[in-house]
Amino acid sequence: MTTSLQLERRASLDDPIARWDRMLEIRFFEDRIKGLFAEGLVHGTTHTCQGQEAIAIAIAMTLRPTDNVCCTYRSHGIALALGMTTDSVLGEIMGREIGAIGGIGGSMHLSDSSIGLLPTSAIVGGSIPIAAGAALSAQILGQDRCSVAVFGDGASNIGAFHEGLNLAAVWKLPVIFVCENNVYGEYSRINLTTAVEDISIRAVSYSMPTEILDGQSIDSVAQGLSRAVKRARSGEGPTLLECKTYRYSGHSRADAGLYRPAGELEEWLKRDPIDLYERQLIESKLINEADGELMRNEVNLRIDQLVERVMESPLASVPAMFRNITIGNPK
Amino acid sequence: MKLRMNQAIAHAIADEMRQDSRVFIIGEDIAAAEGPFKTSEGLLTEFGPNRVRDTPISEMGFLGAAVGAAATGLRPVVEIMFAEFLGVALDQLVTEAAKFRYLSGGAYGAPLVVRASVGAGLGFGAQHSQTLETWLYATPGLKLVVPSGARTAYGLVRSAIRDENPVVVFEPRVLYAGREDVVLGEEGIIPIGTGELLAKGNEVTVVGLGQTVGTALGAAQGATWGADVIDLRTLIPWDREMVCESVSRTGRLVVVEESPFSGGWGTEIASYVSSECFSALKAPVLRITCPDVPVPYPPHLEKRFLPSVEYVREQINVLVATNKRDKPWWTKEGFLS
Repeated sequence: MTTSLQLERRASLDDPIARWDRMLEIRFFEDRIKGLFAEGLVHGTTHTCQGQEAIAIAIAMTLRPTDNVCCTYRSHGIALALGMTTDSVLGEIMGREIGAIGGIGGSMHLSDSSIGLLPTSAIVGGSIPIAAGAALSAQILGQDRCSVAVFGDGASNIGAFHEGLNLAAVWKLPVIFVCENNVYGEYSRINLTTAVEDISIRAVSYSMPTEILDGQSIDSVAQGLSRAVKRARSGEGPTLLECKTYRYSGHSRADAGLYRPAGELEEWLKRDPIDLYERQLIESKLINEADGELMRNEVNLRIDQLVERVMESPLASVPAMFRNITIGNPK
Repeated sequence: MKLRMNQAIAHAIADEMRQDSRVFIIGEDIAAAEGPFKTSEGLLTEFGPNRVRDTPISEMGFLGAAVGAAATGLRPVVEIMFAEFLGVALDQLVTEAAKFRYLSGGAYGAPLVVRASVGAGLGFGAQHSQTLETWLYATPGLKLVVPSGARTAYGLVRSAIRDENPVVVFEPRVLYAGREDVVLGEEGIIPIGTGELLAKGNEVTVVGLGQTVGTALGAAQGATWGADVIDLRTLIPWDREMVCESVSRTGRLVVVEESPFSGGWGTEIASYVSSECFSALKAPVLRITCPDVPVPYPPHLEKRFLPSVEYVREQINVLVATNKRDKPWWTKEGFLS
């Protein structure tokens, strides 16, 4: 795949309408994935991000493509926001040659060096110290580059979070820790597993600046992230950002989320990030009410066509499983 | 009673909890959600939140806490959702729990059970499908058992909880949904360290573990050769006596592994038998394994990755006919040496 397509998709986010379009793309993509699993057309597991689209867009529009992003198994949205194509992400999920890494990784394992996306991790907290390391290399090499770790509230209970934040603070690394506090770690509500309500408080232990942001608002996250990126690039070290958001789906495809209190999802749906941004665009007279409906139909059609294309494309080949394990060694 | 393997495990834990008030179970989403693989169904209802305890996503923390609790009077059963998540807690298991008795002059033990799901076959991808026995293999002080279905899961889990030492139970995830007749109660308990002879034959001994037991049995059914098929059931300490006795009669040993070829658990079996039973062997020991690659995600490649019934049968056909080892498929097809 040529890298220009990803960079074009990334650059297009300068346009507010494209941001909204991308949020719709992520939402409908994730909805369709759930459907494909239900129909038995995809196997394994998947973790979707409906409700968290604004954070993905804010990260993509604020960072440069030369910055690094380290994230989790719930990363289809961030990958698409950063510029990966829908073919490459769905191709990976469906085990096709056109997939991001040739179809051998699946839903949890996306990566694209052209936009700085390091391999996403299926291990909770696994990518947090890695983001610190990507920032360390920028510091040592004298590059004007920063890195972002994206993780959930559940990950803040694992050792890697605390070790990664401490290292980053001690070494003043250009890294931003973005916690998507979506209220649930796997099947458990945050109050059952976490000693604090706001993950942000944990920054105090590491003398790290921190902010709580509205994860349903592109502007709130983008503004907070811009401040953190500025600090990072000017040598002032890391920041912990907590984005308050909500996971509309269960933890994974196997989880219907039945443990959620009645009415909680409905409350959050009132502040749906896509609806909020649509209203903003209408108020700014960038679109009118009718445009919204048209765009939804248009994006849905694009996803229909995407699924058809990917279903018709070749499956990952047997040689693919032998590639990229080590290099430079004789067979 | 016909049970799925996940139900058999829940039965085993419940039976031990009823008999011994020191036994408790902790892990991620094991209480209210009854386990991501439903291996603790009904336990919270029967035993309450004090003995059936959900944890944060903090494997190092809760496995370490289990070591401390085990050393001071309790019998923890720890669930690690995917064996890979042991990575962040390995220190507590290998370097702490396994050494407690030794480093206290016998005063403190760590009688805990660590259960983890392992293996390929369900499309969980490279970071959620490994078997990882060899992370633990060279650790004196630990025991490691691997059930091959509901019946052995029940028997081994009960033994593991009763054992005075840290015991790891690796549960092949692909087998959770499989139904089998299970003997419940004391009669169903399987002693750790014992294998089981599942089929008898004169020409070859085929050893399997976990999901490869079914593969080995399938390969032996309708084959032109007769095989002793042994379910090892315990890997540390494995049943040397049973395997060597069988090889002394058949003269050939085949180990079927869900592991990479390099450094898989069968290397230990092959090495021991080659030395101890050298004079009885008519053919080189044959290890049938996965290739040295991470577990591929898509179903058709994951299937290719695992040794299939047909592949195992063909490999043994050659061994029995020629007393020579056939090359593995990835060598014949030019992917790896």
